[in-house]
Amino acid sequence: MANKLDQLFEKKQSDILNIYFTAGFPNLNDTGNIILELEKAGADLIEIGMPYSDPMADGPTIQDSGQIALENGMNLNLLFDQINSIKKQASTPLICMGYLNQVMQFGENNFIRKCKETGVDGLILPDLPLDIYESDYKNLFEENDIKICFLITPQTSDERIREIDRLSTGFIYVVADSSITGNSKGISPKQIEYFERINSMNLQSKKLIGFGISDAQSFKTASQYSNGAIIGSAFIRAIKNGQQDLNTNISNFISSILN
Amino acid sequence: MTYDINSKGYYGEFGGAFVPEMLYPNVDNLQRSYKEIMYQPDFQEEMNQLLKDYVGRPSPLYFAKRLSEKYQTQIYLKREDLNHTGSHKINNTIGQILLAKKLGKKRIIAETGAGQHGVATATVCALMGIECIVYMGSVDIERQAPNVSRMKMLGAKVIPATSGSQTLKDATNEAIRDWIQHPVETHYIIGSVVGPHPYPDMVARFQSVISEEMKVQLKEQTGNENPDAIIACVGGGSNAAGAFYHYLGDEAVRFIAVEAAGMGIHSGESAATSVLGTKGIIHGSRTLLMQTKDGQIIEPYSLSAGLDYPGIGPMHANLINSGRAKAVSVTDDEALKAAFVLTRMEGIIPALESAHAFAALEKMKFNEKDVVVINLSGRGDKDLATYKKHFETYGK
Ligand SMILES: Cc1ncc(COP(=O)(O)O)c(C=O)c1O
Repeated sequence: MANKLDQLFEKKQSDILNIYFTAGFPNLNDTGNIILELEKAGADLIEIGMPYSDPMADGPTIQDSGQIALENGMNLNLLFDQINSIKKQASTPLICMGYLNQVMQFGENNFIRKCKETGVDGLILPDLPLDIYESDYKNLFEENDIKICFLITPQTSDERIREIDRLSTGFIYVVADSSITGNSKGISPKQIEYFERINSMNLQSKKLIGFGISDAQSFKTASQYSNGAIIGSAFIRAIKNGQQDLNTNISNFISSILN
Repeated sequence: MTYDINSKGYYGEFGGAFVPEMLYPNVDNLQRSYKEIMYQPDFQEEMNQLLKDYVGRPSPLYFAKRLSEKYQTQIYLKREDLNHTGSHKINNTIGQILLAKKLGKKRIIAETGAGQHGVATATVCALMGIECIVYMGSVDIERQAPNVSRMKMLGAKVIPATSGSQTLKDATNEAIRDWIQHPVETHYIIGSVVGPHPYPDMVARFQSVISEEMKVQLKEQTGNENPDAIIACVGGGSNAAGAFYHYLGDEAVRFIAVEAAGMGIHSGESAATSVLGTKGIIHGSRTLLMQTKDGQIIEPYSLSAGLDYPGIGPMHANLINSGRAKAVSVTDDEALKAAFVLTRMEGIIPALESAHAFAALEKMKFNEKDVVVINLSGRGDKDLATYKKHFETYGK
């Protein structure tokens, strides 16, 4: 079966909306439902956070959602079951995001096999070093057609961006600012300069901008300088504090971004 | 067999730098430059001058006569408690602040558990006129109150870490998040031999002055620069790393690394990482840590804030895993008891962390002629409120 991420990039190169949510939040068994509702509402790509006790790259919103998810009883076996249960109904590409220690303890081979089985298309593991990926993981990922997405930041050197471009098989996650997740200040001229610098490098990988993208305005601006953008904390807040039931909160949020 | 770090930043299978891209430029820069900077003659000169005139080094090596009689062996104490600010932590902060200056950094962040590293960092920042922010778990802010006041008087900003167990692990998470958000101007002074490469090696090198001096002092006092055993407590492992460093290759020198067992190793309230830990990643390093089978980090417990950490530095993971060092676990009660023994027999009130090292004497058998050095990593002023609660039990 073809990788859904490849299929997406074949048919769409701009304004790709990637929504992040934390598995097991707000309730333990919301995962499948959230995926289906996001797809219905118009998300192009879905990033599933695997809740972690010590998420060092995440801000308070995602930390809190992860903490609640863990208290709800979330774990990776359950997550794979949940994803598997909606596999036939959902066609949106799925990316799992988490920390390397979770994958190590699950067992790298096991983890990748489960991704393949349940229809997870790619991974974001912010603390997986490039050299370790290349020496220990690359073959395993490629044999199973699981894509890897690496991050770049305003401080990443051109030389390293080339290296990341060479090794990325999913998309490059362009971190919009020196930031943990959840900060939203809008997009500044300095950031635009950075996006333009990246664009002028003519990378082979697709690029999605994330961190600090929170509303229609920032999504639109970010999309002008990339293939699309990623919204996480703002979505978590919307489904946490929303006025309506979960499904209405999801569709309201997505329409607020797309319209 | 070598116990040194290799060129990629690993001790055996432990170590490395598992950091998100946001930290990569800083960590990479440190990896490339730390040795070159710290061994420049002008750097060494300035550091040694400060260690001598400001910190008060060399710290004495003291033969503890009454304690030796009690345990029927020859016990020497390396008096890191007599350093300025009251612990070994300042050896590292002096080195790192000079490094930060060379790197052109304008802002310093640190994590602290017992507050000793926070105080040592706030002190060198005051000395150099650099802004200082210290992250400290809310639980530790309560139990180490005197050190919080000292940091504030020194001009540091103390920010409570309110997530998780609200102790050292969580303070470290917050410091890392701060660094991610301020990557250009800020240097992160990590307080132990933990974190991504090159921190474990860099901190061990700055602490290695402890064993460097021990060699000279032992030679003077006993005629032999090698002891039979060295005992040190291990939180992340920096005082132990410093005390072991120049003896790593001398396999005849036994290393005893003392961990905090809290209420008991298997009580669920413990920080005995070498027993309860498994291989994984914590704070950017592949090492031993306490975790669930799903890889979620377990919240540790020890009465001693400086040992209340669910991991152990990669150097120690390798030393213990290979059998070079022996790990001993000591409970809260055993440490408290040992603190009163040392105080009443030698007139030295130890930090609660260091008291764990002394409790190991109850669990080990040494020959009468054996020379045993205990690294007395810090003094107990900060722990008086805790000790006071136990006057009745142990102070009779
Ligand atoms: C006096 C003292 N000893 C020991 C430690 C434990 O740290 P390490 O294992 O890095 O020496 C601390 C930490 O706060 C301390 O304050």
